[in-house]
Amino acid sequence: MTDLPRNQHIIASGLIAAVGISIAYISFTQEPADAFIFPRLISSVFAVLAIWTFVKALLGRTKVGNGISGVAMRNMLPGLIVAIIYVYWAAKALGFYTATAIAFFILLSLYDPSPHSEMKSWVKRILITAGFMAVMYGLFAQLLNVFTPREIFF
Amino acid sequence: MDFLFYMGDVFTPINFGLLLLGTIGGLILGATPGLSPTMAVALLIPFTFQLEPQQGLILLGAAYTSTVAGGAVSAILLKIPGAPANIATTLDGHTMATKGEGAKALQLSFIASAIGGLFGVFLLIFLTPVLAQWALAFGPSHLFWLAILGVTVIGTLDSSSVVKGLLSGCIGLWLATIGFDDIMGAQRFIFHPAVSGGINVIPALIGLFAIPQVITMFTKGRSSDDAEVISVQKHPIRLAFVEVFKRKTALAIGTITGSIIGLIPGVGGQIAGLVAYDQSKKFSKESEKFGTGHSEGVIAAESANNAMVGPSLVPLLTLSIPGSPTAAVLLGGLLIHGIFPGPDLFMNYPQVAWTFIDSMLIGQILMCIFGLYIAGLAASVARVPHAVMAAIVLGLAVFGSYSVQNSMGDVYVMGTLGLAMYFLERFGFSAAPLVLGLILGPIAEANFIQGSMIANATVGTGTYFFTGWLNWLLIIIVLASIGYSVWMEVMARRYTTKEEAVAKEEALS
Repeated sequence: MTDLPRNQHIIASGLIAAVGISIAYISFTQEPADAFIFPRLISSVFAVLAIWTFVKALLGRTKVGNGISGVAMRNMLPGLIVAIIYVYWAAKALGFYTATAIAFFILLSLYDPSPHSEMKSWVKRILITAGFMAVMYGLFAQLLNVFTPREIFF
Repeated sequence: MDFLFYMGDVFTPINFGLLLLGTIGGLILGATPGLSPTMAVALLIPFTFQLEPQQGLILLGAAYTSTVAGGAVSAILLKIPGAPANIATTLDGHTMATKGEGAKALQLSFIASAIGGLFGVFLLIFLTPVLAQWALAFGPSHLFWLAILGVTVIGTLDSSSVVKGLLSGCIGLWLATIGFDDIMGAQRFIFHPAVSGGINVIPALIGLFAIPQVITMFTKGRSSDDAEVISVQKHPIRLAFVEVFKRKTALAIGTITGSIIGLIPGVGGQIAGLVAYDQSKKFSKESEKFGTGHSEGVIAAESANNAMVGPSLVPLLTLSIPGSPTAAVLLGGLLIHGIFPGPDLFMNYPQVAWTFIDSMLIGQILMCIFGLYIAGLAASVARVPHAVMAAIVLGLAVFGSYSVQNSMGDVYVMGTLGLAMYFLERFGFSAAPLVLGLILGPIAEANFIQGSMIANATVGTGTYFFTGWLNWLLIIIVLASIGYSVWMEVMARRYTTKEEAVAKEEALS
């Protein structure tokens, strides 16, 4: 029912089938066997269903899932890159509050519809970022006493 | 009448304050398109760590109830359902608002929601102890099949593809096996130090529900919704009450439909609202007015989607099987306090269980009162740009996941599962069965192993798991849910055009 290229479904279901087969292989070859009884049960069903999905994708019979359009991919890519850097590197390396403030401001700048040419838009973004950081600090550092990794600047 | 005995606990200053906070916050969050009730409750869990169990549950329960009702605000004033449960409300609610009856539509929706919600919670109050007593007779084989039932029912009924729904459930069950095996202490699937202790449910829930929403907001680029908030003229609340009780048939159909659908695991508020709307239209003397701004449409849809909230918790509190993704998140909220719901919850933790249920009862009334007054504010919040919403949710997801165990590993797990879930959703997989698999996996495995040990010492595995009327009843329900869903899928494909299918999936995503 979808017009999107079959290739996307083939790649996605192929990856899932590969994961399913790998899990089944590990479950049936790892020791001690008693610890893998339940994973064997699950991974067998997992692998069968994943292969079924893959074969359906190969035959072009995938009925659900609209995939990702080029426009959606182009729109999400900058935000996705910022989010990945923030989650997997910056939060630990720069400290939670520093990294969150930077990521928050960049995401606002990337996706906020207000025109970049107006000074007012930038002031608004800085104020929203500062307000959000104040709330986060109040909630997590003061209220919940969460000890986050050491900040790079303070 | 245990619920009356613990009613006073709801009114202690802290408990009542949390109930108010959850209700008002939930109404505002619910009105925000893109913030589903499940995601709102998942993001709130880290804030309950330092609270007593019943306090945490009061906050989460209030948020659950009022996010469902709050979704009506943006459905009526912006024509954007705050949550899938409010899709049916948009049909007549927004038309009423464009005709200058926005205030009336909002009042009808909150009054109907409260009445439906109260009925649903009373059903929870009276059904739960009976079922809990019955569930005490369950042995390991029954609990194993019950866990499998939870995954398959949600996997098949909540997904557009039965195979992909079941596959999502399998992925969840597999994720639950990562870490050290409980009996042998053997390492299983530990491919990164971040998962050496297994996958913590809370960061997983936050990632699975919040991150796909964040990425979806990214895909909209720099565009703004440009949704116009319709101004609300004053409308006497007394007349709204008169109107709701005048439309008894729509109210009754909505309330009963919602309650029944709520009891069935996997069938959410979206279905409850749409089925109630459809049935009310069929039974109405003014069926031709539906879709043109008819009050019965709003009353039926809203009473249904809130009536399902209470009953949707019955399987969780009695059998420890969450009947919906939000119930699964609430289970996560219980587990972090070391409380495992199930038959003995009402014996070991009666104060927690009954105070929580009582708070949902009071929460319905508060939701109605505050909903009527803060609808305008909630509608303004609903206009917050995607960019701000995405950045806020991402920040909360990172801090919330970290705060569970002060571990970066949990942040990585949250990010990875969330990223993977976004792509899986784009290819027709659903988060709900995956979450259920993740939560029910340990229950299924523990009971499978325990059952196997008993079976090996007595009648043998095959006989132990496949004989007895209760085992067979559960197996038949598992098979029936799969069979029914396959049949429905075949029928839907036969009568749905390509354009309708693509549009439906886009709307749901």
